[in-house]
Formats: sequence, structure tokens, C-alpha cells
Amino acid sequence: MNNEVTLNPQGRVPDAEGHFGIYGGKFVGETLMSALAELEVLYRKLSSDREFQRELDEDLANYVGRPSPLYEAKRWSEKVGGARIFLKREDLNHTGAHKVNNTVGQALLARYMGKSRIIAETGAGQHGVATATIAARLGLECHVFMGVDDIARQTLNVYRMKLLGAEVIPVSSGSRTLKDAMNEAMRDWVTNIDTTFYIIGTCAGPHPYPMLVRDFQCVIGREARAQSLAQTGNLPNALVACVGGGSNAIGLFHPFLDDASVAIYGVEAGGHGVDSGEHAAPLTAGSPGILHGNRTYLMQDENGQVMPTHSISAGLDYPGVGPEHAWLKDSGRAKYVVASDEEALRAFHMLTRVEGIMPALESSHAIAYAEKVASEMTTEQVVVVNLSGRGDKDIHTVANLQGIKV
Amino acid sequence: MSRIAGCFNQLARSGRTALIPYLVAGDPSPESSVVLMHRLVEEGADIIELGVPFSDPMAEGPVIQLAHERALANGVSLHQVLEMVGEFRDKDQQTPVLLMGYANPLEHMGYTVFADKAAGAGVDALITVDLPPEEAAGLNTELQRVGIDNIFLIAPTTPAQRIPLITASASGFIYCISLKGVTGAGNLNTNDLGGRVEQIRAHTELPIAVGFGIKDATTAAAVARTASGVVVGSALVQNVADAWAKGGDLDTALEAAGKLVADIRQGIDKPIS
Repeated sequence: MNNEVTLNPQGRVPDAEGHFGIYGGKFVGETLMSALAELEVLYRKLSSDREFQRELDEDLANYVGRPSPLYEAKRWSEKVGGARIFLKREDLNHTGAHKVNNTVGQALLARYMGKSRIIAETGAGQHGVATATIAARLGLECHVFMGVDDIARQTLNVYRMKLLGAEVIPVSSGSRTLKDAMNEAMRDWVTNIDTTFYIIGTCAGPHPYPMLVRDFQCVIGREARAQSLAQTGNLPNALVACVGGGSNAIGLFHPFLDDASVAIYGVEAGGHGVDSGEHAAPLTAGSPGILHGNRTYLMQDENGQVMPTHSISAGLDYPGVGPEHAWLKDSGRAKYVVASDEEALRAFHMLTRVEGIMPALESSHAIAYAEKVASEMTTEQVVVVNLSGRGDKDIHTVANLQGIKV
Repeated sequence: MSRIAGCFNQLARSGRTALIPYLVAGDPSPESSVVLMHRLVEEGADIIELGVPFSDPMAEGPVIQLAHERALANGVSLHQVLEMVGEFRDKDQQTPVLLMGYANPLEHMGYTVFADKAAGAGVDALITVDLPPEEAAGLNTELQRVGIDNIFLIAPTTPAQRIPLITASASGFIYCISLKGVTGAGNLNTNDLGGRVEQIRAHTELPIAVGFGIKDATTAAAVARTASGVVVGSALVQNVADAWAKGGDLDTALEAAGKLVADIRQGIDKPIS
């Protein structure tokens, strides 16, 4: 009975106020409330609009290059000696990661709203690059906010954004990483709300962002579901994806939520180890709180101050997580686990050498944990791992760790 | 009657506008806050607004962001802020104290615990920047239980039909944001403000105070023509920070803060010529 492709089960969560159980919501200053309401009304209208869907599908097919393949990593699977491992190749999308699925969709919304300027926050730079790319294509002004610490460790992506015509605005407040870039983007949005559309890169932020980012990313899971059925005759037994804000993960997971036989694993950044306190694993080691417009699991101290995070991968270096993941954790439908910096790095090298595929350090966390999951399964079973981005952007980081100058 | 209502009533009888200076608690030093609060009252402040330090002050411009960072570096968080209010109340039982902050520290303490502690310390009202009426029901109940006013913001982008939703949840006064932007922004247009205040006034009996971008006696005086209260934040915070950096001692900072607040007091009290 699990064999037909169910459409994204919209309407279940979030509720009309944007809540996923106790999570989500709209925790923003009054200045943004009307803009969020306007966006929600337009989005609900367009998500059943044929012309909008046609434009979106066309962009995904001919600009992004979808569908992305579901590739069976036979050599790796053999080495692990457990389940058949398949990689959902989001790294093959235009701009090299899953981020573009969402930016294409939100840029279309921006165009329908008649906005002339786009802003975005970025951590690793992948969302910034994807946004700058779409802005270039649509001829829109684009400003990308990025923490100065991230600018230092992602120089390649910073230059890519500049080549695309975007202005990268360094953010030196707070912890100088992704969360502060998001604060600064919100401040800009409040100031320039009449002309500007804020393309949030992950399934967090105030309602309706967690919902619409999820919906745009669900193309990953819908394709993976159909591809798994076509290539293996069955649904996968397990899904594995890395979770920072969690957009690639929710995109893969969501279309499978009703398939009770499919185990779901979200892999957070364990950094130097959860016990060290230097990590970015709010679902594993945090508690519920309010940040960036939504209630979710947070890394926070005893006073409710948001704590600094650490991960080898800038894209996972975030103290919060999308509210739908918080809801899935509490409901038990998905299991959230960690992979450390070291495990991710080992997985990066392993996949590069065994399959000739260089994963982003973010995705390497999923690869690392997938190996554990697969090794405990039988050879008839199937694991699908979201290879959410390619690793070219991380070559400098990896080389530095090995003491090599490139 | 609450201290805030009493304060606005008394001012209205004498035809004056409330001056509401804002400081971040614990900035520039933990010891400075209570002394500064008393000094501001001496120089003519009617209500003291105290910012509760938060790691991610999303609505603040650079001046107040830095003040939050300094206060946190000084180890000041919500618990310490409530202690400061208690200490202020030892000497001053008249002047209303208003806390302005973000939802997470309150939620982390727990709304019930917060309400009890805040009432015990002598807090009169609360503004939670990122808690619009839609998300405020739980906190509202607790604040009402202990008689603390919950103050909501109305922005330039708030549509007319939304105003009654906000005024229905509000008590104490209405905080009208003067401009599209963050605190301390430079794009205040006082000419547009009068109509907006009148529009809000049609929906509520509550006094209306205006804040964001009011930096000196001139802008404060212009705003005072239409509003019942004027909030001065970034200008004061910057003034204190500069004096502290230059003089390195509390007296210099007190002098600077006192002079600015006295100037603004004079500006808004001057009869309209």
C-alpha cells in the first residue's frame, strides 16, 4: 500500500498560525508582521496556481538540472558490508548543493511580489551563492550577509558571490557567524521592507518560511521516493541527512513521513564531541527556546542566552534548527544523532577515494552516520543518504587541517 | 491604579509629555545602572526603560547591539536586571520602571517565575520585542496576574485593521515605532508622525509613546507635540558609552547622561511657539 507517490502532506503541519506542535510560530518585531502575512497569503495562493507551478518546474528541470540522480554507491556498500547505500545527488545541482531548490522558488515569489532587491544570510556560502545566482539571472539587486569568521573560512564562495554581482556584507556583531548574519539580514529587512524580499536559506525563521522552504525542498524526497521504487522496487528502509538548520533533511524526510516502515535519521554536527560543549547539536544537547522568529531547540545557557557553536562545517554551525525537526524529534518520528568533526572528515576522504565523489563537509556528517546505520542492516535493505552538496568549497579547510597549502 | 497609569495621568493634568530614557542594564558596568537610573530621574525622566541584555538583539541598531554585548560581557542577564530594579526601588518607589527585551530569556526563566520575580522587584511594565499579540497569550496571563502592564509596539507597517488587535492586548501605554528600521536609525520624519498617532488614538484610551530615532531636544520636542511620551535610547546609550570610554569612570558617564536628559526635558517642556 506504500507504493503510490503521496503528495507532500501539506495542511497537517504547520497549523494556520505556523505552529508545529509547540514549535515554530512568528516571534518577530511588529514591523515584520504585515510582510509575513502578505507573503503567506501570496504563497498559499500560488501553491495552487498552475502557471506558478509550471514556471517552478521548468526552472528546476532546465536551470537547476533536476531530477538529481539516485546513485547506488556499490563499492562503498560492499566495503561496509551491510545495506545497499544510495546517494541522492543534490551535489549535482546547478551551484553544487540543494540550496538552489529553495532560492529558485523564493525568487519566483519575489518576482510575483514585485520586489527589486533580494537579501540573504549565508554560513558556508552555498545559500549565498545560490541566491546571488538567481538574482543575477533575474537582474535583481542582491545583498548577502555573512559573518566575518565565515568569510575567512569560505573565501572561494565569497568570491563566487562577488563574480555573480552580489554584494557580500560582512557581519562582525555577536559570534560573527551564521546566526549573526541572520540577525543582520532581519535588521536590513525591517529597514527596507517595501523594496526587499528576504530569501531565508533554511527551514527556520518566522512562519511562513519553515513551511515554504520545506515545500520547495520536498522535491528531493519526492524524487528519491519515486527513484527508490523504480530502482529497487521498494521504499528505502532508512533515510539519512545532515541537519544544521535542516532544509536538505526536511526536503528528503517530509515526503516519507507517512511511510512508517522508513526509519529517519538526522545527523547534527557533533564538533569536538557533545560532551566537550563545542558542537552545533541543539536537538541532541539543547532545549526549547526562541530565536530568529521561531520556537525550536536551541543551544543556550542557563540565562537563555544563545551560545556559540562549533562545527568543522560552516553550514552546520548554527545554534538553532528548523521547528519541524524539533516537532519530529519530540514525536519520535525521526531520530537525531551526531557525527563529530573527525568522523565527518574521515567520511569526506573515504567517499572521495571509494566512490570518486567529494562531499561537502556538511554532507560528510550524513555519510559518516549512514555507514553506522548501513553496517547494522542486511544486504537486501536500502539506505538513502542525502548528498546535499559538493565538497569543492571545503578543499581549503581540508588542506589546512592536513597542513597543506593549496 | 498602576504606577504607569498614575504617571501619565499626572503628566496629562499638567500638560506635559513623558520623557522615557532607555539604558541597557549592566552597561557600561554592572554597578552603574542603578546610579544612572536615579540620576536620570533627577534630571527629569518620568519613566525608566531598562533593556534586558540578549545575545541576539534583532531589533537593535549598532549602538544598542554593542551595549547588549558589553552588558553580557559584564555578566548581566535577566536575574541581575531584576536585582537592579529591586535596588532602585529601595530609594525610589514613585518612578515607573519598564523592561524591554526579547522572548527567550523570559521563556527560559519561565513566565510564571518571571512574573513573580518582576513584581517582587518592582517592575511596572514589559515590552517583549519579538512577542507580537499572536504569541503573547501565555505571558499576558501571568503579567495580568501580578499587575504588570504589557506594552505592545505598533509599527509604521502595521495595517490599520491590525491596530485594534494590538490595542486589545495592551495595557500601560502603546509604543509607536516612529520609523521603518532598527533602533537609532537616522531616517525619522516627524511630519508623518502626527497622523499616525491620531490614527492609533482612535482605537485606544491608552497613552501613546513614540520611540526609535529620537536623538536630541529638537526631535524630541517635535515628537512631544503629538505623543504622550518620548523614548530616547541610542542617543543616550552612545552618550554614556563615549563618556565612559573617555573618562573611564562613572562620574563622567553620569554627567553626560544627566546633561542629555536635562536638555531633552527642556526641549519637550518648552511651550510651542
